[in-house]
Amino acid sequence: MSMPYYVAPEQAMTDRADFARKGIAKGRALVALRYTDGIVLVAENTSQSLRKVSEIYDRVAFAGVGKYNEFDQLRVAGIRSAELTGYQYSRDDVDARGLANDYAQLLGNAFTHGMKPMEVEILVAEVGVEGSHEDQIFHIMYDGTVIDRPDTCALGGESEAISNRLSSGFADGFALVDAIRLGVSSLAGDGRSISADSLEIAILERNGERRCFHRLESSEVETALQG
Amino acid sequence: MTVVMPVFQPSDDPGTDFPMLLHRAGYGPVALPAGTTMDTPHATTCVAVRFVDGVVMAGDRRATSGNLISHRTMEKVVQADRHSGVAIAGAAGPAVDMIRLFQVQLEYYEKVQGSALSLEGKANQLASMVRANVPAAMQGMGVVPIFAGFDVRRSIGRLWAYDMLGGRYEEREHVATGSGSLHASTVIKVGYRAQLTRDDAVELVTRSLWEAADADSATGGPDMVRGIYPVVATIDSDGWSLVGDDELGDRYRSLIEQIGGSTS
Repeated sequence: MSMPYYVAPEQAMTDRADFARKGIAKGRALVALRYTDGIVLVAENTSQSLRKVSEIYDRVAFAGVGKYNEFDQLRVAGIRSAELTGYQYSRDDVDARGLANDYAQLLGNAFTHGMKPMEVEILVAEVGVEGSHEDQIFHIMYDGTVIDRPDTCALGGESEAISNRLSSGFADGFALVDAIRLGVSSLAGDGRSISADSLEIAILERNGERRCFHRLESSEVETALQG
Repeated sequence: MTVVMPVFQPSDDPGTDFPMLLHRAGYGPVALPAGTTMDTPHATTCVAVRFVDGVVMAGDRRATSGNLISHRTMEKVVQADRHSGVAIAGAAGPAVDMIRLFQVQLEYYEKVQGSALSLEGKANQLASMVRANVPAAMQGMGVVPIFAGFDVRRSIGRLWAYDMLGGRYEEREHVATGSGSLHASTVIKVGYRAQLTRDDAVELVTRSLWEAADADSATGGPDMVRGIYPVVATIDSDGWSLVGDDELGDRYRSLIEQIGGSTS
């Protein structure tokens, strides 16, 4: 009987991480940033129907990059978890932190024990009730690492360069249009522009309504970019 | 029970069905022992009427247990989503729970699927929830809702009545449910005109509930002392909108003056 080859744990983890990163780097990136009245999520997405950004609950949004079927499965799991919590307890008991932790468990488990790690990076954002000091953005990596991003967050291929552009351009007290423009220019980089129909933009808006998530129509995106 | 993130295999995924998800998560309905009947609070009269721009729904605020009044401020007419509402009569506990489940289901479907159910889809969804309550209905805990809304695909108001077994009947003009429904629907029948305006429709439903409360002890009238009025809401292309207590107060005061004038 042949013995399986010995693979050092360090090597096994590095191989898995490389595999996941490669898969994620293939897709287009997305960013999230705060503005005065909430959080805006900007994704480069040529499809009008396969969404990267979506609503999870009253104040919580989800965004994912990488393998579509994998982050969509996570999106639906998040909606289910949120709705079950809200139904059993109260709508006030659903928060981004809890969801981010649950996602971290799923992704971490798939990374160490699964057949293959999930080739996704996701983001969970929550808009605060009282003001922007309560806004939260969690970035969850393919291996289950959770990072709390105070102002801005970039996911996907070339996220480091995008993240640098984003954080150097960010300022407190942005209006929505400022935030959209910074998000789009950070995604595009120097010497490239992204047209409105290749952008998927949604906001979590602090507007006193129960459901804070809204998608921007392509015409609204165009207006914001021209202005 | 703590909620862990639910992940299913494609072969047993509950899809867009929230009640099924609840069941999988270990939350089934409570089954009463066979033969039990219970004297729990019951909710009564609700009506819905079509008008030119949509529908108006209305319900009194009283819940009764036998001959006792158990609640004075119950809300039996509630918003289901942006363009629809649901009204209930029957066992108050299961009815309130059914409404909550219905509201969650509509939003859950919309989020998971990425698009909202059609108005007819929502009416069918409610029918299956009433059907799921049949065992309880056999033990005196039946729920008989009304569903009404503005069909954004056809740009018209539509309304549905149900029976206790989940039978679903679309009506063209008006529907009524609950113990005072006979009196309420007679008032509506007499006063109904094609192409009613919003104001006329609101007047008609407030009048119908007045007459129902006048003749049926389980239906509550306007409580001028405490300032408790029926819940009245309109649904048109702009969505759900509650009629304010100020307007209802004025309408009932003038109604009382009319009646006072004709009797004294």
